Amino acid sequence: MGAPMSEHSTYTPGTGIEKWLDERLPIIRFSKEHLMDFPTPKNLNYWWTFGAILAIMLVVQIVTGVILAMHYTPNVAMAFDSVEHIKRDVNGGRIIQAVHSVGASMFFAAVYVHIFRGMYFGSYKAPREILWILGVLIFVLMMATAFMGYVLPWGQMSFWAATVITNIFGAIPVLGNPILELLRGGFSVGNPTLNRFFSLHYLLPFVIAAVVVLHIWALHVPGNNNPIGVDVKSSRDTVPFHPYYTMKDLYGVVLFAIPFAWFVFFAPDILGHPDNYVMANSQVTPAHIVPEWYFLPFYAILRAIDFNILFINSQLGGVIFFGGSIVILFFLPWLDTSKVRSGTFRPMFKWFYWLFVINFLALAYLGAAPAEGVYVILAKICTAYYFAHFIIVLPVLSRIEKPRPLPASISESVLGKAHA
Amino acid sequence: MGGIVSMFKTKTILAAVALVAAFATPAFAQEHGGPQIEKQSWSFGGLFGTYDQNQLQRGFQVFREVCSNCHGARLIAFRTLAEEGGPHFSEGQVKALAAEYNVADATAEGGTRKGVAADRWPSPFATDQDARDANGGALPPDFSVLAKARGVTDAFPWWITNYFTGYSEGGPDYIHALMNGYHEEVPENAPHNADGTPFALPEGKYYNDYFPGHAISMPPPLSDGQVTYVPGEDGVTVPETTNQYSEDVSAFMMWMAEPGLVSRKETGFKVLLFLVLFAGLMYATKRKIWQGIEH
Repeated sequence: MGAPMSEHSTYTPGTGIEKWLDERLPIIRFSKEHLMDFPTPKNLNYWWTFGAILAIMLVVQIVTGVILAMHYTPNVAMAFDSVEHIKRDVNGGRIIQAVHSVGASMFFAAVYVHIFRGMYFGSYKAPREILWILGVLIFVLMMATAFMGYVLPWGQMSFWAATVITNIFGAIPVLGNPILELLRGGFSVGNPTLNRFFSLHYLLPFVIAAVVVLHIWALHVPGNNNPIGVDVKSSRDTVPFHPYYTMKDLYGVVLFAIPFAWFVFFAPDILGHPDNYVMANSQVTPAHIVPEWYFLPFYAILRAIDFNILFINSQLGGVIFFGGSIVILFFLPWLDTSKVRSGTFRPMFKWFYWLFVINFLALAYLGAAPAEGVYVILAKICTAYYFAHFIIVLPVLSRIEKPRPLPASISESVLGKAHA
Repeated sequence: MGGIVSMFKTKTILAAVALVAAFATPAFAQEHGGPQIEKQSWSFGGLFGTYDQNQLQRGFQVFREVCSNCHGARLIAFRTLAEEGGPHFSEGQVKALAAEYNVADATAEGGTRKGVAADRWPSPFATDQDARDANGGALPPDFSVLAKARGVTDAFPWWITNYFTGYSEGGPDYIHALMNGYHEEVPENAPHNADGTPFALPEGKYYNDYFPGHAISMPPPLSDGQVTYVPGEDGVTVPETTNQYSEDVSAFMMWMAEPGLVSRKETGFKVLLFLVLFAGLMYATKRKIWQGIEH
């Protein structure tokens, strides 16, 4: 350690104005240190570009969202039509709306890649625990933001998602009902719900932006992890962030924009649900209430608990497992105690990692399946395995696994690869 | 190093993105419990699809003469019928058309006035309750976005291909199937009730293969020869059959729900072309910068 965080800056103010500014607010010095000179391991692969992709996605969502808010009406009688008004009458409205709604999906696709990259390469391990925790916090905030955003078009799925998800909180003992009423602004989902969701949907992205700043701060103290998980030993292991990673990240961003644009321009509704083109109606329950795809694994866990556990009824049990499935991520740095970070050098972990990925995808599939027959049993098995991975598999692996020998340094590993 | 390895990784990323998107689907979105809906070949389907102006004009005629007696289209302004990429009627035609309708306007004498091009399509019933009263208790849904509010469900794993083909015509496919899915009597292969008794069609309902639950309140709306199409200037005629009417009106309904489809795809081509070329340049620049760095 030590090497990544440059103690002495290479910045020398060139002009009088820069010098004057540097003595008062050294923002140029700060930018040069952190956006340009920042020493970054030279062996980062393309999975590492998703950090930059996510930063761009947050900006895309905020910019399109601010424009949408200029034309949107948060009222139960007008919300649905106002979204159609945006698509039909606002200049460029169909594209702006599509970028925002498809953008939510792309944002989550990128964040899942980012999270699973961190899990494979052990990016949550010391000294990056706070970095990881802040990341999980961003994920939770994203889920809250996306959920409330989905309610705003006031379609059938909007309304029923709001009803089902706020109901979750009603299961909490004692405080459940007050929380439920506070969330909804009444006894059922209605105009006050829509108004507060709109207000919070506008607020939370800026909270996310603030936590992202902390996330990047926590990244810049220890510096980046890397695919071999070996600490930076000398300056030979690193390259300056600019131009090497600014360029590589931007290339990643442009590549990511290709499937993004594909959906926006050629299938803007394919990631949504047809029922959300039916205006919200509290008297008609859709045949299947399905959340957006990015919630499906967690929705499957929520529904898997359909039995009472001792004095805990099934509803509360579902809430505990649903909440637990996310809360457990905060503890990951202390559940996996293996000293080796990168999965590349952990022969057993590698298998269990991919099993966990498949299990997670299976949960997503089951979240969309009707809660009947074999799906119910499978959902229970997958839910159990989800938790077992964290509580049993990772701690046990940490003890019994014999990792492969690690390269002495990033440079050595890179040279070995080049000559292989 | 570089080249091949990086390209491989790039492909891995693209594949992963596609995979994430693919797995992410409401696979069981709708269950019709009937025969599989046959996908039609729509002029507006696929990457290069655009609306067929003649078809939209015919579809509009079917909508106006048949559907609009019961169904509204409250988001559709008359003026949009003159827009390029849609039915593209002349402005004169649209003005004349709008003037044939009376629209509610509280500021006008007597509460109604003649329609103008800026007005929305007037609803056939003043209130939902009026609509129900006139239709045996059932509410005819508004047509504005109906073509996007219906869909076709593909079995796992076939829906994954939809993300790569951009399949967005589930609505028209469903509507077309519905229009052609009526039976005069409950067919022998009708699903039995939960208790094993034969399917019982409630009073005032009609049997349809594709409607969820099969008992639909709408009587078969289309019949052969019902709408008279004007032959084209070159004398070409279009068959006046239920199948043709349903294709035309489904296309028109898709246009109502997605009037900007053509310009959206046109912009999409430019954007994608730009992004692919730009990505190529970015990759070349990136390689140049990283040249000489073992990584």
